[in-house]
Amino acid sequence: MTLAPQVFYLGRRSLIRILRQPANWIFPLIFPLALMAVNTGGLHAATNLPGFPSDSFVAFFLAFPFIQGALFATVNAGVDLARDIQTGFLNRLALTPMQSTALLAGHLGGVIAIGALQALWYLTVGLAIGVRFESGALGAFVIFLLAVLIVFAFGTFGALAALRTGSTEAVHSLFPLFFVFLFISSMNLPRNLIETEWFRVAASLNPVSYLIEAIRSLVIEGWNAEALALGFGIAIALSIIGLTLSSLALRGRMART
Amino acid sequence: MNVAGAVAWRMLHNNFSTPSLLIPGLVFPLFFFTAFAGGLSRVNDVPGFQFSVGYTAFQFVFVLLQSAAFAGVFTGFGIVRDFESGFIRRLMLAAPDRRGIVLGYLFGALGRWIVTATVLTIVAVAVGMKVGGNGVDLFALYALAVLVNFCGLLWAAGVAMRLRSVQAGPLMQMPVFLCLFFAPVFVPVALLADWLRVIAHLNPVTLLLETGRSMIAGDATHVAAAFATALALVGIFSIWALRGLRKAEAAGG
Repeated sequence: MTLAPQVFYLGRRSLIRILRQPANWIFPLIFPLALMAVNTGGLHAATNLPGFPSDSFVAFFLAFPFIQGALFATVNAGVDLARDIQTGFLNRLALTPMQSTALLAGHLGGVIAIGALQALWYLTVGLAIGVRFESGALGAFVIFLLAVLIVFAFGTFGALAALRTGSTEAVHSLFPLFFVFLFISSMNLPRNLIETEWFRVAASLNPVSYLIEAIRSLVIEGWNAEALALGFGIAIALSIIGLTLSSLALRGRMART
Repeated sequence: MNVAGAVAWRMLHNNFSTPSLLIPGLVFPLFFFTAFAGGLSRVNDVPGFQFSVGYTAFQFVFVLLQSAAFAGVFTGFGIVRDFESGFIRRLMLAAPDRRGIVLGYLFGALGRWIVTATVLTIVAVAVGMKVGGNGVDLFALYALAVLVNFCGLLWAAGVAMRLRSVQAGPLMQMPVFLCLFFAPVFVPVALLADWLRVIAHLNPVTLLLETGRSMIAGDATHVAAAFATALALVGIFSIWALRGLRKAEAAGG
């Protein structure tokens, strides 16, 4: 069997396994939107701050579910991969002629598929609640592409954690770490309006801020080349780093098995 | 009381000797405090926002009550683990009065939260939180938080004793999370969006939160109503937890 069918079968398995566990896809679809509802309801008065870039906090905050949904997808898929290691599935797979690349590609294929579904859902909800995309329909498509790329980038780190540790608990423990990156960012306020200096510096050093700002720019500004270049650039860089490290971890894992 | 003491001691020993249980309970409230008080301090400048002792104190009260509720919920996860490991089955055989088991978990949750609240308070004071209330106000604030801690534990215990599986986790956590966040977390009620203001007015957490904030500001209002509400919730959730205990007994632990 060539590489493509191997990737297809493993990707299909990864996706089916996610879909068969409703908690793994219902929660990422609902929870980020519930948190968005709470934050927009609580912080809509922030649009009255001088210099706030939008008169709609919902539009400003719409980038958040894309990033949080990506975190959920990443952790859930990473946990599934770790479970494959714990249950010995990977060991059995290593006895077959399967190429190790197919395992990683198939796993990430499942993550991307679920990420794409999530991105479509968040875009649909955004439109349904009246958010107007300043960059138009093409901008919504670019948001979709960037969201899928972000899921892929984060997914490589979920795979890395699973392959390095082989423990579902260890992958679960990544979630709080990702959560810290999400909260210490410009998700609630633009960086220039963050008053506390250390927080503003931390948010500026945090790559997640630029991912949020790239999506946000397409919603509330239109086409901002700098924000998009930073967002796509960081997502691609994270993807390359994560993919390289997880490939190395996979090689080590297969050698050990 | 002997049963309660033994269960509480075991809970606390497990919690403080297992970093994976101890650290999240300590770190998460600090993280929320940092993210909200640090990242959103500019909200203090929103027209109509008035809180005399500043945004750090405004958020401190929310995080204090949140940490109290979640210390109870996290203790509920421990109850589920005890069911899955068969520990509670053995405990039920040995305990002369099984209500002591619930009481023990209650003390365990309280002990766990006291450590979190102490660390949180030290950090808040260290970063310059202003306090307008006197000793009595602050005592009342922490007493209110203790009742919230009891509510969190009793709710989670009721769920844990009915489901007796780790799958009960989201059911313990989500309603508490929603009750806390459908309250005026970031701004006073008057500045909430209309739909959220309606929900917040119906949410008992709003009264507890606003009273707590008035205490730290030194302008305590609705104190009797807040304590009456908290005590009523403790009463309701006690019945919920004890009925859960009966169901667990009926199911054979």
